[in-house]
Amino acid sequence: MADKTVYRSATENPFHICMPLGGIMPFKGIEGCMILVHGAQGCSTYMRRLLTEHYSESLEIGSTCLNEKGTIYGGEKNLKQGLENIRKVYNPKVIGVLTTCLSETIGDDVERFAEEYLADNDCGDLKIVTVPTPGYGGTQAEGFYVTARRILAKLTQPAPKHEKINLIVSHITPADIREIKRILDLMEVAYTLFPDYEETLDGMYRDEYYKIVPGGTALAEIEKMSGAAATIEMGLTVDPEHSPGQLLLDQYEVPLHRVPIPVGIENCDQFFRVVAKVTGKKIPEQIDKERRRLLDAMIDSHKYNAEGRSAIYGEPEMVYATTKLCLENGIQPVVVACGRGGNKLTALLAAEMEDCLEDVLVLSESDLADIRGISAMKNANVAIGHSKGHYLTEKAGLPLVRMGLPIIDRVGGQRLLSVGYDGTIQFLDRITNTLLENKQRTYRTQMYEKYYKGQRKNITLVKNSAN
Amino acid sequence: MKTNRLPQEAPKIFIEERKRSVLVKGGDNAAALNCDEDSLAGSVSQRACVYCGARVVLNPITDAVHLVHGPVGCASFTMDIRGSLSSGTELYRNSFSTDLSEEDVIFGGEKKLAAAIDLLVARHHPKVVFVYSTCIIGVIGDDLQAVCKAASQRNNVDVIAVESSGFMGNKAAGYRAACNVLLKAMEPQDGSLVKSKPKAINFFGEFNVAGERWIVHNYLEQMGVELNVVLTGDARYEDLKRTTHAALNIVQCAGSMNYLANKMQELYDIPFIQISFVGVGDTVDTLRKIAEALADPDITAKTEALIERELAGITPALEQYRKRLTGKKAAVYVGGGFKAISLIRQFKELGIEIVVIGTQTGMKEEYQRMATLVNDGTVILDDTNPAELTGFMMELQADLLVGGTKERGIAYKIGRGFIDHNHARQHALIGFEGAINFAKEVADTICSPVWKYIPQIGGEKHG
Repeated sequence: MADKTVYRSATENPFHICMPLGGIMPFKGIEGCMILVHGAQGCSTYMRRLLTEHYSESLEIGSTCLNEKGTIYGGEKNLKQGLENIRKVYNPKVIGVLTTCLSETIGDDVERFAEEYLADNDCGDLKIVTVPTPGYGGTQAEGFYVTARRILAKLTQPAPKHEKINLIVSHITPADIREIKRILDLMEVAYTLFPDYEETLDGMYRDEYYKIVPGGTALAEIEKMSGAAATIEMGLTVDPEHSPGQLLLDQYEVPLHRVPIPVGIENCDQFFRVVAKVTGKKIPEQIDKERRRLLDAMIDSHKYNAEGRSAIYGEPEMVYATTKLCLENGIQPVVVACGRGGNKLTALLAAEMEDCLEDVLVLSESDLADIRGISAMKNANVAIGHSKGHYLTEKAGLPLVRMGLPIIDRVGGQRLLSVGYDGTIQFLDRITNTLLENKQRTYRTQMYEKYYKGQRKNITLVKNSAN
Repeated sequence: MKTNRLPQEAPKIFIEERKRSVLVKGGDNAAALNCDEDSLAGSVSQRACVYCGARVVLNPITDAVHLVHGPVGCASFTMDIRGSLSSGTELYRNSFSTDLSEEDVIFGGEKKLAAAIDLLVARHHPKVVFVYSTCIIGVIGDDLQAVCKAASQRNNVDVIAVESSGFMGNKAAGYRAACNVLLKAMEPQDGSLVKSKPKAINFFGEFNVAGERWIVHNYLEQMGVELNVVLTGDARYEDLKRTTHAALNIVQCAGSMNYLANKMQELYDIPFIQISFVGVGDTVDTLRKIAEALADPDITAKTEALIERELAGITPALEQYRKRLTGKKAAVYVGGGFKAISLIRQFKELGIEIVVIGTQTGMKEEYQRMATLVNDGTVILDDTNPAELTGFMMELQADLLVGGTKERGIAYKIGRGFIDHNHARQHALIGFEGAINFAKEVADTICSPVWKYIPQIGGEKHG
């Protein structure tokens, strides 16, 4: 295994995005929340554009519309006016404020502005959660965890001990969240799942128009997360300083158990082991059946998968889980990459890759141009990552299994299910079927070109005459 | 229809200051629409930033490296999201960024930018490098012009700074920044002629989405008119240097390119006309206007023949669509005024009435024009937001919304049809074939069987 970290002066076709984008999902995952992005108008508009396509929802996110004047004299007036207008139109229970490159660099004291706004106005129970998310401070992956942590820092109160556990999810899909809830319900576990954007970002058609879509972790639940029996947090790659679970441990002594995203048999086993241990619940027969179906599926597909050579890119936590899934199933990862912030991946994957027959390139900083180059050099035959990788398909013929965010050139990104034993089967099938489809597409031509040396010289041969 | 309801009484506007930006045709204060102002903080404006405006105008230049100097987000969000096509290189579809980190912001990004330009020129051999500044560059004070100038000399290729820091205005400011770049690029060098081709025209505000430039080019060829330079659909950098050779500029997307056309009139005495190829009526008018401006009987005859041929080809199909669509109601919320104005006429051609209409960056004269074209009771709004748009669509029972990607969810959430009139689309919407595509798209969305199962929110059930 090799780690390549070089000084990069230019990024060519990036697959990571910026920190404030990652902050949207946790805020969408709490009850009655509206988001205000403190910066120039473009940031919120670009985020809305991208997320609207991915989730097929109307993403309503305000901006403080910082202009030249606000940039020179500070954005206090814009921020307070923004809060006021958001409150007038949406009457939210929480306003989440995400900063940007611009507001961080001009040094706005956003937390103070928010406190002053609350003190100066009759806002009832309105809560304002501010999060420093400068675009240059990290990718959407850090933005997700940092925002989730700030929400807890602000909204969780000291509470008496109770029997519920906290389940803090990583950046997974709404369908994945739905599956985690189903699993926990099956196990009869009492839990608070946070952040819960299952219904807010994968909405159903309702009979009424809601300015703020119902759903999200209830504020009353968030308040009491401090009294939980334990926290289970998906996030092996997360810096403890960014970890919401770490905050609950440090501040309220809620025991913390870190698990990977439950994708792949080992990660799922670990997840169920931890849930069972923490809650004392048994793993129900239904789950056992699902596990056995996964085993069956793994056998069914293993020979097809053995031909797989994957290029995996995206956010560190999902990249880790996807890499494990590939390894478990005999798909050889040839490059495993984060746009930025993948520093922990190398160490995490080192033990996993001991049995690998060939070196896997783990890149903590990279872009799609790197992936394209390495994929060609190392004969990858499948890429696993989000829609921007269509570039690999278009320019280099590398088939793409869509995974992560954004998925904007296919429908259903929000409905992709990949967690749990059932979800793992679905994800694995998507990869295997892509390999099969590719083989089907190329098999005849490849064999012809490889082996046919004009043996039937005396016969006029029309290649592909029947199409 | 409530023809005399004042905006002040309109129940869908929740922010006092916003009331000046909404009017009802036939209402008392119909002349007082506020536009061309900064967006209100927290109003959930649908507008974008200066960088966005500059990028959309320059992006279709195909043989350029478009390098975004700033943190990665601005480049990631704009990576290959537009449907502009190229007849040659696809270099422009790549997204390049200096991906500034916290350290770069503290110590300045000039060195990184210089290294990035050198690297990209060596790797891709572009004809030009456009370097876009982002918010952060405007604040940390990198000397973009100096870095670009030095890089240009070092690499022997044009490296052009685009002053597009996001907070310096809105999208319209970005259009101007891009136009200034184009103006500079077209400055006649020694020996380069101005107005040397009396039958040649330039086409501005056309971005070759789904081959629209090529569609118009085919029309012009049949008319005997030479197309000199298109800004900027399927343009190459060398093309820009011929821009001053044309006798006439035709401007479609006025919001982005009127400034440029005005400047060229001023500097090079090249006249321009405002045109639109959106809809059958406007396409016919446009072709005639071009022929008239060139004042050549041969061109006029060929133009009339073309119009007759094309109309004969599409009229039966259009008539079929019209039968299915007559009586439906539409809401329109698009970027600029030209498109909105053309859509009023185009919807009329399909028997559809517009009940809500607005733009992100329309100008006063454009709103006045809209007001003369729509029926009493139509709501006209500038720089609106999802809450207002949803409210008015429900109240006035619009059957569909025309907008960009961000607006799609607004329509779908309340069970209305939607037309993507944006630059990400993959089908042409201009000229005669575009009019048929448009009619088909309107019918596809309004007459879809899915609505049979879906109760419209805030309106009567479909079907």
